[in-house]
Amino acid sequence: MKQRSVHAWLMLLPAMLLLVAFTHWPAVSTFIDSFHSTPRGARPSVWVGLENYQVMTQDPVFWKAVRNNLIFAAATIPASIGLALAMALWVNERMAGRAFLRMAYFTPTVLPMIAVANIWLFFYTPQYGLLERFTGMLGLPAHNWLGSPSTALGAVTAVAIWKEAGFFMIFYLAALQSLNPSLREAAAIEGASRGYFFRRVLWPLLMPTTLFVLINACINAFRMVDHLFVLTRGGPDNASILLLYHLYEVGFSFWDTAYASAITVVLVLVLAAIALFQFFVLDRRVHYK
Amino acid sequence: MSTAETRTRRLVYNEPTLLDTLAAWLLALLWILPLAYAVWTAFHPSEYSTRFELLAPLTLSNFSRAWEAAPFARYFLNTAALVVMILAVQLVLATLAAYAFARYEFRGRNIAFALVLVQLMVMPDILVVENYKTMARLGLVDTLLAIGLPYFASAFAIFLLRQTFLGVPKELDEAARVEGAGPLQILWRVYMPLARPVYTAFALVSVSYHWNNFLWPLIVTNSVNARPLTVGLQVFSSVDQGVDWSIITAATLMTSAPLLIAFLLFQRQFVQSFMRAGIK
Repeated sequence: MKQRSVHAWLMLLPAMLLLVAFTHWPAVSTFIDSFHSTPRGARPSVWVGLENYQVMTQDPVFWKAVRNNLIFAAATIPASIGLALAMALWVNERMAGRAFLRMAYFTPTVLPMIAVANIWLFFYTPQYGLLERFTGMLGLPAHNWLGSPSTALGAVTAVAIWKEAGFFMIFYLAALQSLNPSLREAAAIEGASRGYFFRRVLWPLLMPTTLFVLINACINAFRMVDHLFVLTRGGPDNASILLLYHLYEVGFSFWDTAYASAITVVLVLVLAAIALFQFFVLDRRVHYK
Repeated sequence: MSTAETRTRRLVYNEPTLLDTLAAWLLALLWILPLAYAVWTAFHPSEYSTRFELLAPLTLSNFSRAWEAAPFARYFLNTAALVVMILAVQLVLATLAAYAFARYEFRGRNIAFALVLVQLMVMPDILVVENYKTMARLGLVDTLLAIGLPYFASAFAIFLLRQTFLGVPKELDEAARVEGAGPLQILWRVYMPLARPVYTAFALVSVSYHWNNFLWPLIVTNSVNARPLTVGLQVFSSVDQGVDWSIITAATLMTSAPLLIAFLLFQRQFVQSFMRAGIK
């Protein structure tokens, strides 16, 4: 028994060591560093208490990033889930060109976000871009979608939804295909309308999938920033900046690592809140098969 | 309700309406439009990049010019090496850990498993500041190893494989032990073959994740030596010294091509793998 215990720990050890070194330890030391100053040249880092957090509360860019990130989350989460559900319901039917539809929906998911952003940059380009040519055809005035503060955030949000929806579709499709076909026959015999069947049968049965996708969508809303590097760099005038992008700028453009640690702590807390919500609220309510 | 009536109702019920088909197609066309536009631009001379004429001449010169304009060969090599290295280490480490969790009773097992699950939420993508410091301390900045290290121990892989191993009948395990097989032999001969579909699923997810990963490689690399494709593409396309769109789009398609082609060829496996990886 003792020997088996030793065996188990030996097998666990390599993975555990790496996890501690690159997940647990950094999480803890980020927390510690956020109460210290940034070491600069000969000046070592010293304890400054809550100073970094005070800087944060007075940093207008941070608040802008928080606000933008909340808007980004509020838009991408429902839109990508709703679209994913519609896509899955359609692709699950015997519809003309079903294989093409599924491919079209899913393709954005396999492309690198950086490549996707390049493609969309061209799509949004003033005058030459496809979008401008289309709105031009409709006689609408020219508009710089990425260059004006009023539409930059919306433009990068659209890209995120486009990228994500097909990914979530897969999970809905898997769930739909595992449903018992007799449910549908019963509904047809009972004469239930499509809307009623969806509301009272499909939607409740898909609930575990919806919650799984919801958690992923929440995490992604705070993690997806690659496209900003190409499309707007958070601009114009921070109009499209998101938290993780701000963290990158503070940490690796201004090299203020202590303040960047404080922002990391905020992000970790957001993710931890999502995790606790999943653990205590969702997992108790939903009974997985 | 007569049978005839039921039948027609059921037929109508089962078939998507014309409106559904139209909406589905409209959405699909909208979804494929940016990509189609990029393909058009990349395969035509730049004067046609915004002019759509059916008879516009096709060309591959955008691709060859992009290939020559930046060290894409090196980037491809870096990404390929990176993806293979990460996957190989992930599979070995996760297999061992998952086996320990699934088939051994030992003190601290539940705590250890909870610690593993932490990584599902607090992923390395967020802890970039601290991990950069670690890499600097280890003298690993600007190496492929530095890009891979934070991802070597994958909580996701451990979780997925543990679930699979738990489903393996204990009788098989015991039968092998009676025949004198050691724990690692049992793992190799009994568990791993039975988990093959899960390995495929995880491999596809891991490869596409790390092929596409950007932020951490951007931070931890600063030269051609270790830069993967995504970072190389960004460096290439952000130098706006009159590089024209056709070439940038060609470079963009080039970097996504291997995954895209693999996806188109193995669509079914891809979709099934992503499904399998998502189902708890």
